Amino acid sequence: MNDINIKADRKLDIRGVVCPYTLVKSKLAVEDLELGQVLEILLDYPEAAQSIPKAMHNYGNSVLKVEQISPREWIILVKKEVED
Amino acid sequence: MEFTEEQLKRYSRHIILSEVGGKGQKKISAAKVLMVGAGGLGCPVGYYLAAAGVGTIAIVDNDEVELSNLQRQIAHSVKTLGMKKADSAKQTFEALNPDVNVVAIKERINSKNILDLIRDYDIIVDGTDNFPTRYLINDACVMLGKPLVTGAILRFEGQVTTILPGDGPCYRCLFEEPPPAGLVPSCQEAGVLGVLPGVIGALQATEVLKLIIGKGKPLKGELLIYDALGVNFRKVKIPKNSECPVCGKEPTIKELSDMPEQYCEI
Repeated sequence: MNDINIKADRKLDIRGVVCPYTLVKSKLAVEDLELGQVLEILLDYPEAAQSIPKAMHNYGNSVLKVEQISPREWIILVKKEVED
Repeated sequence: MEFTEEQLKRYSRHIILSEVGGKGQKKISAAKVLMVGAGGLGCPVGYYLAAAGVGTIAIVDNDEVELSNLQRQIAHSVKTLGMKKADSAKQTFEALNPDVNVVAIKERINSKNILDLIRDYDIIVDGTDNFPTRYLINDACVMLGKPLVTGAILRFEGQVTTILPGDGPCYRCLFEEPPPAGLVPSCQEAGVLGVLPGVIGALQATEVLKLIIGKGKPLKGELLIYDALGVNFRKVKIPKNSECPVCGKEPTIKELSDMPEQYCEI
């Protein structure tokens, strides 16, 4: 689960973006992935660090990692598991 | 098409729905819907379709806004009294959402113009309340294979169904011919609770959006009946009639014609 060597196919930097647009942008980025590809989301809105993994899981995707990389920055790795 | 920042905000609650998403929202933006009537039903249908961002909404209506309309026709106002309803509704819908291209067609729909009017649209909405026009729209949609979402209201009761030509029954499978003039009272004679078209129109708009995004089960082969006083929603099955004069195996109606009108404006 917490394999730090997972390579992201795409990266999304949404630092400065607040809810619900954190989810809107993350959802759109996942839609652009192929099945099995991984998106790395970099964000700084604390609530989103909680809510995005939950939402991605509810969409049917896998959340491979949620890591706080600085006092106000998180990285989330999402693997696309379902077609939209 | 890429979303602007404004569109991301406007449609955010759609985009985060897994059944809609960015893909569904783009389908909505590309969709072309034609509504017949900007009255009780057409107002809420158009209002919600405009809010949803349906790219092109055409409104066919040749009537003018009257004070007696405002009890239920929520796209019009005292400021648009006397204005063509199609223009009044266009003004309201474009104010709600400038993304939407509203086409005001100030004509009475008839057997001569209907095919050309509906030809370029993906989905047709029937918001009329007179039988001749209802049957005309049904027949034209069957002939051109256009999905049709039809609604009707009277007093405290409303009905809605979705007709997918070639995939389920049409309105004539349910009632082959319109009732004789005078048998069913018009809402001018019988009245209608002002909010009723809001309920039925919202259901019609929901059906349209489901068809556009291709999700869920369309309300085909069934008539949904809402009884406001008893608070009942019930569905009645409509069997497909293989002998139907317009969508059956050997159709006898091959050309459109105008029936005598007993017009009722909802």
